[in-house]
Amino acid sequence: MTGADAPLIEVEDLHVGFRTPKGMVEAVRGVGFTLGREKLGIVGESGSGKSQTGRAILGLIAGNGAVRARKLRFAGIDLVDATPRTMRTIRGNRVSMVLQDPRYSLNPVMTVGRQIAEAFLVHHRASRRQAKERALEMLRAVRIRDPERVYRAYPHELSGGMGQRVMIAMMMIPQPDVIIADEPTSALDVTVSLQVLAILDDLVSSRGMGLILISHDLELVASFCDRVLIMYAGRVVESCAARDLSHARHPYTQGLLRSLPKIDAPVEELPTLQRDPSWAL
Amino acid sequence: MIRAAGLDVRFGRGEGAVHAVRAVDFEVAPAGSIGLVGESGSGKSTVLRAIAGLVDDWTGTLEIAGEPLGRSRSRQFRREVQMVFQDPYGALHPRHAVDRILKEPLVIQGFDARDRRVEAALDEVGLDASFRYRFPHQLSGGQRQRVAIARALIIEPRVLLLDEPTSALDVSIQAEVLNLLQRLRRERALTYVLVSHNLAVVGHMCEHLVVMRDGDVVESMDVATLRRRSPTHPYTRQLFQASLGYDAAVIASFVDDL
Repeated sequence: MTGADAPLIEVEDLHVGFRTPKGMVEAVRGVGFTLGREKLGIVGESGSGKSQTGRAILGLIAGNGAVRARKLRFAGIDLVDATPRTMRTIRGNRVSMVLQDPRYSLNPVMTVGRQIAEAFLVHHRASRRQAKERALEMLRAVRIRDPERVYRAYPHELSGGMGQRVMIAMMMIPQPDVIIADEPTSALDVTVSLQVLAILDDLVSSRGMGLILISHDLELVASFCDRVLIMYAGRVVESCAARDLSHARHPYTQGLLRSLPKIDAPVEELPTLQRDPSWAL
Repeated sequence: MIRAAGLDVRFGRGEGAVHAVRAVDFEVAPAGSIGLVGESGSGKSTVLRAIAGLVDDWTGTLEIAGEPLGRSRSRQFRREVQMVFQDPYGALHPRHAVDRILKEPLVIQGFDARDRRVEAALDEVGLDASFRYRFPHQLSGGQRQRVAIARALIIEPRVLLLDEPTSALDVSIQAEVLNLLQRLRRERALTYVLVSHNLAVVGHMCEHLVVMRDGDVVESMDVATLRRRSPTHPYTRQLFQASLGYDAAVIASFVDDL
């Protein structure tokens, strides 16, 4: 086991490529970072490689994809050459993932409670009754007011915010060390989204976990995370403490920040991003 | 240019009926721009769809340029009022090339010089001639939204109904599309009704905004009030604070039933 200060995840020179009819497409090109017990944001626009970076950690790259890395480790365990068996002991159990839309990520024909209990039973030897108790406890932890009712509900009976809390409950129940959340709240209303993030925030800090938040929303990540990586064309172009994001140095980051309309600083025309080909080199 | 008074929309009948929009009033001057803001289920899009004639069961008054609207919409109405939808992937026919997509409204409205108009419309939204014979799947999200805007503007309407026109786009592309919409409004003296959940976008685009929640208008204000950060209704204030980003203390103070 690793000490409290040792990094949970270490990534060096990560490449993710996909074979397509038009040849190899490199979605991630030499990404490197470490994750401790902190909230790390990965920000970028569509196609920047942020999601594939998160998926590569869990070995969830599509069949036509290939992952290569000088180092890709979780708690010292190499993930590139890990056997499927080793991956199964890690995925969902020690590193788990919250996806964007609960409507597509939950099983529509199974009650919410059984799905959460199942997530517990897959990784623990326990009776069904114990699993149910743990599931109810978890539903309370994600601030669901009437856990018994939600336990018996089917996913379509829940609102988006409720569904995402259920997802978080399900991912948290095996008590993972790391959560990778890929746009966990972009399908939700702003206020609901913030409430869901507040729940993640509490769980992550009270349990001393590491969180990777993958998002396109710069301002949200800057206000929520401790550290931010900005990705462009498969590379990390900038990395900084989240509170320093407004002083970002890379022209891409600066351009993105400027292109957002601001409520109290009206402009006639929004500055648009002039992409420099050298950013993608 | 547009007036809604006591607008009510109900879906379904009997016990399962949903009162989606309740007694909504607003007015937009010619060449003005109004934003309807709210979260899911607030009824903001339903108001827009009622104006467009995509919702049947509405009561109350709706007027365009002083003319009251009835159940059905005339061809003349569609000539003057056009809509741009949220999802640029769903709004364009996947098997029609851009040229055909842009010509269809011209044919329906009986316009001549169609080739020249298609060229001009593409140019207007910043797409060069090479886009003319492409299919939607060969375009990026921002390019598709430009095509959708070109399609709406090609028959020279006076009113544009915009339903979350940039929420499916990356922020850098959003800036380009918003600039395009602003420029077109200035040049053609268009009237906009913009639906959005994003206060900053509405603040940038509109002179006036109407905040909705659960079918009701909770607050109606001009953009200066928003900029001064002085909305009066607690729900609007909460929405405003939420738009400023993550702050654990602020979120803990959120109330679900304002």
